[in-house]
Amino acid sequence: MTEDVNKSRRTLLLSTGAVGVVGAGFAAVPFLKSWLPSERAKAAGGPVKTDISKVEPGQMLNVLWRGQPVFLVNRTERQTAVLESLNDQLKDPNSESSMQPDYIEDIYRARKKNFLVVVGICTHLGCSPKYYPDLVPQSFDENWKGGFFCPCHNSRFDISGRVFAGSPASRNLDIPPYTFLDENTIEIGTDGEQA
Amino acid sequence: MGKIASSSSKSASGFMGWLNDRLPVTQFYKDHLSEYYAPKNFNFWYFFGSLALLVLVNQILTGIWLTMHYKPDAEKAFGMVEYIMRDVPWGWLIRYLHTTGASAFFIVVYFHMFRGLLYGSYKKPRELVWVFGMVIYLALMAEAFLGYVLPWGNMSYWGAKVITQLFGAVPFVGDALVEWVRGDYLISDATLNRFFALHVVALPLAIVALVVLHIAALHTVGSNNPEGIDIKKHKDENGKPLDGIPFHPYYTVKDIFGVGMFLLVFLFIVFVKPDMGGLFLEHDNYVPADPAVTPLHIKPVWYFTPFYAMLRAVPDMQMGALIMLLAIVVLFFLPWLDRSPVKSIRYRRWPFKLMLGLFTITFVVLGWLGMQAGSVTLTRIAQVLTGFYFFYFIWLYFYSRNEKYHEVPERIGDH
Repeated sequence: MTEDVNKSRRTLLLSTGAVGVVGAGFAAVPFLKSWLPSERAKAAGGPVKTDISKVEPGQMLNVLWRGQPVFLVNRTERQTAVLESLNDQLKDPNSESSMQPDYIEDIYRARKKNFLVVVGICTHLGCSPKYYPDLVPQSFDENWKGGFFCPCHNSRFDISGRVFAGSPASRNLDIPPYTFLDENTIEIGTDGEQA
Repeated sequence: MGKIASSSSKSASGFMGWLNDRLPVTQFYKDHLSEYYAPKNFNFWYFFGSLALLVLVNQILTGIWLTMHYKPDAEKAFGMVEYIMRDVPWGWLIRYLHTTGASAFFIVVYFHMFRGLLYGSYKKPRELVWVFGMVIYLALMAEAFLGYVLPWGNMSYWGAKVITQLFGAVPFVGDALVEWVRGDYLISDATLNRFFALHVVALPLAIVALVVLHIAALHTVGSNNPEGIDIKKHKDENGKPLDGIPFHPYYTVKDIFGVGMFLLVFLFIVFVKPDMGGLFLEHDNYVPADPAVTPLHIKPVWYFTPFYAMLRAVPDMQMGALIMLLAIVVLFFLPWLDRSPVKSIRYRRWPFKLMLGLFTITFVVLGWLGMQAGSVTLTRIAQVLTGFYFFYFIWLYFYSRNEKYHEVPERIGDH
């Protein structure tokens, strides 16, 4: 049979088929792209301004940004003093594989040492961890040094949102872009200069 | 031209003749019912295929009716379900038939799949029947998950969040993929709308098409049976298998009995215990979706819990998602992992019986673990059982190669 093949016809057939496949690929683009966030969704995801003057040391404020909780924690010195000592119990103490802006570094993971801004969503499967500020033994950890605990699957995070080894979450809590507009106002969602 | 006309004029006259010349209705009826010869020894386990079909029809029918009273709008969805339950005439019944039907679908399908494991129904020449069945199982899981989101209760919301977050485990494009699936930076109205479209149009179309393929493949190779004996080896002078009986009326009648038994249990649940104590309808889903409040204990509906237990057992999200995916993928390869020439468990020896028994217990216990709140001990047990789940398939591959088995008779009823 193969010797009967008309080569030019076969070439024509193959190239027509190839053009058809490419065409189908292009035709699929609008269908696939229509699943992306709409312009309205993008607009609703704009930055959020918050007054933090009322957040006392040790307290936490929960703000919604892009529909996700953002924890604003005014950390006490006692809370931040233990950070260094926890390093060897953590999966990623220096936040090398974390999702955070470039200006967030070191173990404090904050633009101001005492003030933590962190996305309150567990990096395991998206539950919202609870804030356990006190340095007292807890049912889930006898040596609790303050931080966040996710009730869904028992992920534990320190007061900088760094994940403890042995938790199902593999990444430290994400840090959103944020800017201090002045001493008492913070804007979540922008990468402005430090005020 | 004349020849074609004369050959078709051989068929019967009258209305059926006219019809059959244009559409082979009688031939189709014969091929799939009155002259489809099934082995004569089908037992209890063979009810579940036709029951799955019954539940599918129930889901489609009640689903269409629910669509008439529901709005896929994040502001209204939760209220619409309450409206169906309280204000729509007979709405409560139609919804409970649909929600109980979802769980019944999985019960029936799990029995149906277990039947395949018992009698080796996945083996040559029925590999494609098994593979299509697995694709249906996958599509069913997607369909059930999407449907679960529609009432927009708090468990719907957080369940959707956890499951869509699994796409984040895909290397490199994970986060973009999650955004693409959700259509927003969070689970929102956009997500609800597309889930509705997929649940009501796309997946039901796919499932119906897959069921047609599943049955077409089955009817090409013929049904297996509890003895695992090939009935096509021994035929009478007309080519009819000696150990076969026509599907209709013999098995249609038997299946109607099965339907009666099934409906007795099914309707009892629908009328008396539609939430099954939180198993079929979870309590947290009677609270409207709230993005700021995570339910204390997020768990999927019971039919996903074996895989959910595996996901949780692994202390790393990407690995956990991969393990869960593999646990399902490995089932696709069962026809090639089990290399024993013997199909039915009846002619296999104790090592196989023991291991299949342990595998079944493992799956059930994993399902139980997936419903429990996490603890160190339970996670350890889940890890061991996840290990055994995969070990079973590896063991089966090597064991079945030179497996010792009892001699399989030539004919059904020969022993």
